[in-house]
Amino acid sequence: MSGANLFFLQLINGLNIGSIYALIALGYTMVYGIAKLINFAHGDIIMVGAYISLLCLNAGLPWYLACILSILVCSLFGIVMEKLAYKPLRKASRISLLITAIGVSYLLENSFQLIFSANPKPYPGFIDLPTLKIGAVSISANYYVTFIVSVALMIILNLFVQKTNMGKAMRAVSEDEGAARLMGINVDNTISLTFAIGSALAAIAGILYSNCYSPINPTMGSLPGIKAFIAAVLGGIGSIPGAVLGAFILGMIETMVKAYISSQLLDSIVFAILILMLALKPAGILGKSVKEKV
Amino acid sequence: MNKEFRKQLTIDLATVVIGYLVLGLLIRSGVINAYSKGILLMVCINVILTVSLNITSGFLGELALGHAGFMAIGAYVSALFTKSLNLIPLVEFPVAILLGGIAALIAGYIVSIPALRLRGDYLAIITLAAGEIIRNLLKNLDIVGGTKGYTGIPNYTSFTWAYLIAVICILASKSLIASRHGRAIISIREDEIAAEASGIDTNRYKIIGFVFSAFFAGVGGALYAHYLRFLQPGIFTLDKSIEILVMVVLGGMGSIRGSVISATILTVLPELLRGFSDYRMLVYSLVLILMMLAKHNDQLRALFDKALSSFRRKEAAHE
Repeated sequence: MSGANLFFLQLINGLNIGSIYALIALGYTMVYGIAKLINFAHGDIIMVGAYISLLCLNAGLPWYLACILSILVCSLFGIVMEKLAYKPLRKASRISLLITAIGVSYLLENSFQLIFSANPKPYPGFIDLPTLKIGAVSISANYYVTFIVSVALMIILNLFVQKTNMGKAMRAVSEDEGAARLMGINVDNTISLTFAIGSALAAIAGILYSNCYSPINPTMGSLPGIKAFIAAVLGGIGSIPGAVLGAFILGMIETMVKAYISSQLLDSIVFAILILMLALKPAGILGKSVKEKV
Repeated sequence: MNKEFRKQLTIDLATVVIGYLVLGLLIRSGVINAYSKGILLMVCINVILTVSLNITSGFLGELALGHAGFMAIGAYVSALFTKSLNLIPLVEFPVAILLGGIAALIAGYIVSIPALRLRGDYLAIITLAAGEIIRNLLKNLDIVGGTKGYTGIPNYTSFTWAYLIAVICILASKSLIASRHGRAIISIREDEIAAEASGIDTNRYKIIGFVFSAFFAGVGGALYAHYLRFLQPGIFTLDKSIEILVMVVLGGMGSIRGSVISATILTVLPELLRGFSDYRMLVYSLVLILMMLAKHNDQLRALFDKALSSFRRKEAAHE
């Protein structure tokens, strides 16, 4: 294969992993913007989504029902998680919230390990479309479906946040919770809605991820979760376009480093770039740098 | 030195000496078997790690997620030293511990440079990234075994060493916090802008906090290496950093006594739960969530305060 084709293939790989990171990073950034919480359990929602859809598929349900059920269950998980573990701590210090989130993450991983055992389970991919051929490069259906679905979801999410009343309420709560409450916005419902949307996106990410990288296990969500979180920070946490941009940049950097520099030193190089970027631009690429009031 | 302080000092010193004598005697007489002794050593090591992390997280008020990385540096450097030199343990081991600490200190200094510009969650990310970089580099270093692990480290960590160093770490942290440097560090946590306006060189004190913390993480790592006798990059993951952070938070941010207590409880508790091996982590995660919820529940808090104040009143009546 020629150099140009190889590069093109890597570009496709980068877009694929970038779009999965983007779906997860959106959940992180929305929850952070509204609840000022690094939801460490968010990565595990991917795993929950993957397992629920696997259960449905194994039970013989058609793929669209499996997807819908898994999205619904994950949204419910998100809401319950918020109501039980995070809401009582809304006035607590950030670090207490963080520890609780870590607790929830361990709880999800370990309970799924008890139910489904730690052994990886094969995931029956259901995306059954022809492979796309561009020149000498063939792109598997998983890849372009992942990309199209994520881009479509990002556009819908952006329209939702910018145009609808509920989206406006979400922006208002993340801007100033107290003022939003005074304007008659139901803050509790808005926060629940944010968690539900974030978890639904994570469920879709989980399904797409399992289609591309088949065997799934109860800790599958933690690494993409951390990577997506880094992407959200890179783009400027709290900003929706920032999360998408950060995710695609991270996906691209990862793929290119793996292909052209070293796959063993991948993590070192990615994290070093992250440190460098944050040191140069402390609020992230699209983040607003907030002046501290005296 | 006032009377109150001298009294407190005598009590503390007596506790330390008596604690050592009692535990030492129990080990000597065989009441504490090899398994329990291992747990005891881990308690000492975790106390060192927790108290040192408390300096950055509790007193300086910065969320640090890279403690396991500094620990790894201390562990590997000291192990490399004792394995390549064959001196008598009494000479070799203290030097190895010191070298491990200094190596971690240098790493801590390097990390603190970009970290100075950042606060809060961004700082957490930088420290997380630093920890992961250290682990990833260790994976690719063949001289220390890479992913396969580093074996054949001499068994030097005795109870006396671990206990002694834990006491030194606690004393050093206490005197740092009681000094004017310590007050400067606390003032950054309380209000960085006000601290800066009062003429405190915030950057300098942030570096002091970081470097101090990293040094003792390295020392703890050195003890850990010579207790476990086998190192692998997989030991020093983000989970390890979080484990130490949990000990700090449960003991109370900015409380050294709390750190010692919670490090002890959280080291012993998982061992007690070993019987329910499958449910161990499940119970641990539930305990984490419930403790955090209980800590911030107003009714429970009021109940606790009431019990505590009546206890204090009784104590006062006795005197």
